Order: sequence, then structure tokens, then C-alpha cells
Amino acid sequence: MIFEYAPAPESRSVVTLRESYGLFIDGEFTPAESGEHLTSLNPADETKLAQVAVAGPADVDRAVAAARRAHDTVWSRMSGAERGKYLFRIARIIQERSRELAVLESLDNGKPIKETRDVDLPLVAAHFFYYAGWADKLAHAGLGPAPRSLGVAAQVIPWNFPLLMLAWKIAPALATGNTVVLKPAETTPLTALVFAEICQEADLPPGVVNILTGEGGTGRTLVEHPDVDKVAFTGSTEVGRQIARAVAGTDKRLTLELGGKGANIVYDDAAIDQAVEGIVSGIFFNQGHVCCAGSRLLVQESIVDELMPRLKERVAKLRLGDPLDKNTDIGAINSAAQLERIRDLVDSGEAEGAERWSPACDLPENGYWFAPTIFTGVGQAHRVAREEIFGPVLSVLTFRTPEEAVGKANNTPYGLSAGVWTEKGSRMLWTAERLRAGVVWSNTFNKFDPTSPFGGYKESGYGREGGRHGLEAYVG
Amino acid sequence: MPVPHTASAPEATTDRALRTFLHGLPGVDEVGARARAQDLSTRSIKTTAKAQAIDLAISMIDLTTLEGADTPGKVRSLCTKAALPDPSDRTVPGVGAVCVYPDMVPTAVEALRGTGIGVASVATAFPAGRAPLSVKIADTAAAVADGASEIDMVIDRGAFLAGDYLKVHEEIVAVKEACGDAHLKVILETGELVTYDNVRRASHLAMRAGADFIKTSTGKISPAATPPVVLVMLEAVRDHFAETGRRVGVKPAGGIRTTKDAIRNLVLVNETAGPAWLTPDLFRIGASSLLNDLLMQRTRLTTGTYPGPDYYTLD
Repeated sequence: MIFEYAPAPESRSVVTLRESYGLFIDGEFTPAESGEHLTSLNPADETKLAQVAVAGPADVDRAVAAARRAHDTVWSRMSGAERGKYLFRIARIIQERSRELAVLESLDNGKPIKETRDVDLPLVAAHFFYYAGWADKLAHAGLGPAPRSLGVAAQVIPWNFPLLMLAWKIAPALATGNTVVLKPAETTPLTALVFAEICQEADLPPGVVNILTGEGGTGRTLVEHPDVDKVAFTGSTEVGRQIARAVAGTDKRLTLELGGKGANIVYDDAAIDQAVEGIVSGIFFNQGHVCCAGSRLLVQESIVDELMPRLKERVAKLRLGDPLDKNTDIGAINSAAQLERIRDLVDSGEAEGAERWSPACDLPENGYWFAPTIFTGVGQAHRVAREEIFGPVLSVLTFRTPEEAVGKANNTPYGLSAGVWTEKGSRMLWTAERLRAGVVWSNTFNKFDPTSPFGGYKESGYGREGGRHGLEAYVG
Repeated sequence: MPVPHTASAPEATTDRALRTFLHGLPGVDEVGARARAQDLSTRSIKTTAKAQAIDLAISMIDLTTLEGADTPGKVRSLCTKAALPDPSDRTVPGVGAVCVYPDMVPTAVEALRGTGIGVASVATAFPAGRAPLSVKIADTAAAVADGASEIDMVIDRGAFLAGDYLKVHEEIVAVKEACGDAHLKVILETGELVTYDNVRRASHLAMRAGADFIKTSTGKISPAATPPVVLVMLEAVRDHFAETGRRVGVKPAGGIRTTKDAIRNLVLVNETAGPAWLTPDLFRIGASSLLNDLLMQRTRLTTGTYPGPDYYTLD
């Protein structure tokens, strides 16, 4: 019999959106001096959610000045225990408002509510709790007897995990006594603005956190601002390069967390059903909008005929549709521009001779959607094997020996993540030792924890976020 | 779907061949299996889907009483309930079967005559299975002779854990023969097998020996039918079908008490073995108190009110 799951939409009534939002500077919402604004859309149906201000140079000046004042007069002078109290308070408010934030994140980003509810929001709160705990223990972090804050941190974050990336940036900065000016991505500014409200609710001293919405130009002005001490960026390798050039020759400290083309290596003795799950979550989690996605599947040739039918059968069961439906596995692509980029790369894959497959899958009429896609017969030279697609597109390559697996996995300008699937401990260790990637997952994929450092090799960036290592980027 | 790992099933059943086959099955990663089961447990089944699932679950129940204190009176009243779970609502389907000890089979058969509901009997020195094979066969044959249409046997877990797979296999084959036309459910007692690797191996062993159903537990050992165990068994029947073309059923038993538990099991079936298994012929739930919870949720869906437990018969 056919067991059809009836629609199970999460209510959007928990979210109250204002028609328009100003910039959050010095503890207050204020209009942009230029009066410019942009509109944030719901990518699932292209409806307008809210207008947000576009910060210009004058606004960046105001925000950096506010952050400087807050740093010099209040935040860096406050005891770690006191700073910790604010961070704990923020973490608790996030938990209390997690349903609202999860729904808003799904609306603004297009990712399924299942993920915002069960992954994003619990991790956001966990990050604040974790770094709140460090605030009064910095002398014991192995960073010298009295680590000192750097000053004002300019932070620019991407649209794939809007609130989680905010947490990765703001929590360690605040715990170490820095103040921040943060620019959320232009397509996903809304949860950052609710976070600004949470800072008010937590009575965070004005100027400690400033949120400037805007486009690429706002971000550029911010990271180039002369009174910024530290720049932290997560996003594309291309923009990362521009930032590195802009910061070169200044005293600014820089961390970059950029793109990836993660290899997911499946050996012939892997626990095959769990490996299939790991391949699916590795590339289809968050529509593949994950810098550490396992976008290159490397399968040992001897099991490829066994694995691929199982993988396809499993992918055919993924439920694509309304991000607010609790049973949705795959939501919307975040923007028209990203959808265009995915289409372009997928077309190139076909043109270059790889075999494209997608399950039968009805795409909604409005909004930005892309069916889960698998390329087989992919060679190392194909664009779909080399370039970051940042979408629900998996490229399958094969290997014969462990040496070949490692060689292919490392043969990329990136080095952010990798996964290894084998039931043999010695082979797991042998492989992990040789992979040049910041994170190597053993018989799992896309697992995150605030205690665990995260970052890349080569063009995936430098510096580490998360864990004790994450403190290092914010102390001098 | 080609499945070379399991397709190499040996022709002759020798101890060595069985061992090679079972130890050649792909491993189960415990963390991953738990995570998948947990992920599927978050499916939200509402309104029409919930109504469909509740009726399906009721029709899949093996309504069970397996107490030393069972009496003919208790079994008769359970049978009445099995045929007509909610006297105030005749649209409620009957359950899948009534499950009793062998000595209660005549009573149950008599009470269920004309209802179309079968009698399942545990046998083979249930629940421990610690008896000579001749006794197990006699136990089975007696239940079948008294009219049981389904036999729930237990495997020799001691032999399985000692690696004596041939003994386990031969016992299942012998009991299957004693069953005649009766369907054979093979209880693995997964709580005593402990690892998911063992669950997968025991599942394949039972299926190769001729089981019509593989069943998680006796209900006497905890943990019983946990979601990851059911998941691993559903993967096994799916793979066995791919290899042989024969569909073997699955019966979780023990610890499934609420509508939510039952629906989670149906979601596991739907998304693991597939919709073909969503029938009482291929999926049963061994339970007793579950039925009343399903009836309460059913009334709540159809009338909008949630009656108290006193409005439902105890048995």
C-alpha cells in the first residue's frame, strides 16, 4: 500500500517580522544614512519577507566607532566571569526563542525546518554556552598567562548557515573581550537582526555587537576599515582572496574559512547501509550548501555496482518541498544566482561527458529548486570534480587501492573536509593520516560540535574556529 | 538490485559455508544505525496519514498474552477484543492475530472461529528455548495440531553466540517442517544478541533456514524491539528479497506501547523495506497495551475528543 505523509507544516505564526529593519549600531536600530535598502526573499516561493537597510561607508564608520568605544571602555575591561554571564544569558534566550529562530531561518534561507530545528539552532546555543564557559578561563587555555583581546573584529558571514556562522564568529570574539561588527549575507540577514534584538534583551552593553546588513560593498568597506583589528570571513574562495589582498600589509589579523571539494572515501569493507546514509547526508544536507560537503564520492571499484543502486534507491526517497514541512529533507536553493551557478556547473558536467542522474522528483513551480543529482563516470579533469558546486550535486569517482584513494582525495586546491568509511581501524588511521583536510570524519559525515576545531588547508582558508583553537584567533 | 555480499549464499548448508556467508555480510555501524533510526523517528505523521497509519497498525497487531497466569477466560476475552477492538465503532479493523502459549491454542481457536483472525502460538520451549530439539518439535506439532496457523519459535541464542550456526539453522529447518502449512516466525531475541552485526547475521540465518517472518524479541528480555534493531532487520529482509525474490516479514515485539511507537515503526518499514511490506502479511507488531492507545488516538481523530482509558476494555 502507499503510505502518503500528509502535509505537516510548522506554523509560521511564531515569527513576527517587521516590514523593514535598520542597522544595529551601538545597541540601537538606526536607518542607513543613504536610505538604501534591499529586500530579503523567501527562496521557497519568492515572496518578500522584509526590507533591510544597506550600510554605506558612513554607517560602517559609526559601527566601528561604537565597537571601539565599547571595547576600550567596557567590554575588554570587564572580568571574564562577567562577560561569561552575558554569553550564558544570550545562549539561554536563543534556546527560549529557538522555535521562532528556526522558522525564520527556514523562511529566509530555504533550508528544511527539520535541519534548523534539530541542527542549526541546537548548535547555535551550544556555541554560545561553550564559549561562555571559556570567558573566565582564558588564562588556562594555553594561550599565555593573560591573553588580551585584539579590539574590534570585522566579521563577514555567508548565507548557508546564517545564524550558526554568526555564532561561530561572535561567541569566541565576545568571550575573549573583543567587540564585533558583523555583516550577514545579503540574502539571509533576518536571523542576525533578531539576534540583535536578543542582545538588547540580554542587556548587552551598547556597541559590543553591531550588525550591518548590506551587499558585497558593505562587506568590503567593513574589512578595509582602518580601525578594525581583526577580520574573520567565511564564504567563497574568490572573495577570500580579495580580502586577503585588502588586509595584506596592515596589522589586521585574518582568518578565512572558504570553499571545499570534500572527498568521501568508501572502502569495500564499509558498513554499507550506514555509508549510504553518510554519502546522502554528506552532499544533500542543507541542499549541499555546505563548504565541507562530501561532494566527491570516491568508491572502491569492487563495490561500485553494489553501492550505486543502493545509493540511488535511497536518494529517490528524499522528500523535496516546502521547507516548513517537518517531513521535508531537501529545501529550496537559497537564491536565483546560486541556482544559476548550480545549473551552469551541472550543464558542464553533462557537456564534458559525465552521466547525470536524478530521481523522479516534482519541483515546486515558484521559488528556486534543484533536484538531487548524481554524476557517475566522472573523471578528475571534469569541472564537476574540481569546482565547488555548492548544491545538491554529487560526483562519483572510483579508485582501486588506498594509495589511489588518498591521491585523488588530495588532488584538489581545497582541503576542508573528508570522510572515510571502513570497518578496519588500521586502514582508517592510515587514510586519515594522509588526507590533507582540516576535518576528517570517520564513518560519519557533517558532524559538528562547538568543542571541535574546524578549518581548512590550502585554498579552503586558514585559522581554526571552534574549540580551544577558536580562541586563538581572537587574542594577542 | 545486485547484492554480491549476500548473493554468494552457498548451495550446501555446512557449518563452514554458513560461517563464510554470515561473516561475509557487510557490517553495521552502530552509531550510524542509531542515527538513521533517530532521524526517521522525527517524521511527523498527521491527519489523514495518521488515520491511515492507525488502522494499518491495528490490523498488524499480534494481540498477545504470554503469562504463566493466563486462563481460558482471559484468552477468550482477548479473542473477543481481537475480533472487535472497539464495540462502539464497528469500522475499526480486527487485529492480525492472537498470540498465546501452546496450551491455550484450542481455547483461542474456538473463540476466534468465524472471525478470520488466526491464532499464533509461541513454541519451542518459549522463551528460553532451552529444551532438546525433540521437545521443541513436539511443542510445535501440538500447537499446529490444535489449530495454530502461525508459530513463533525462538532460536538457540546460546548456540548462535557460540558460533554454532549450523545448529541454529537445523533447528529452524526442523521446526519449519513441523509447522506444515502454519507460518513460521523466528524470534531472534535481539536483546541477547546485543550487537547489530549479530542481528543482521541472525536475520539472514533465519531467512535462509526458511523463516516466513523474523521477529525481534520474546518480550521477556529488555531491550526488545528498539528502532535501530527493527531498522537492521528491515534492511535484511530488503536485501534478502533483492537476492532471492522472496519477501520475508518482520515482527517487532516488546516495548511498543504507544501510537507514536507504532507509527514510527510503520515509517521505518515505509522508508527501509518499502511500501510492499506495509501489510499484515509482511509486518506485525507484537503487543498488548498498544491496541488501547491506538483506539484512543483513533477516537480522538474521528471525534475530536480524547476519551479516558476507562472507556476501553482492558482485554
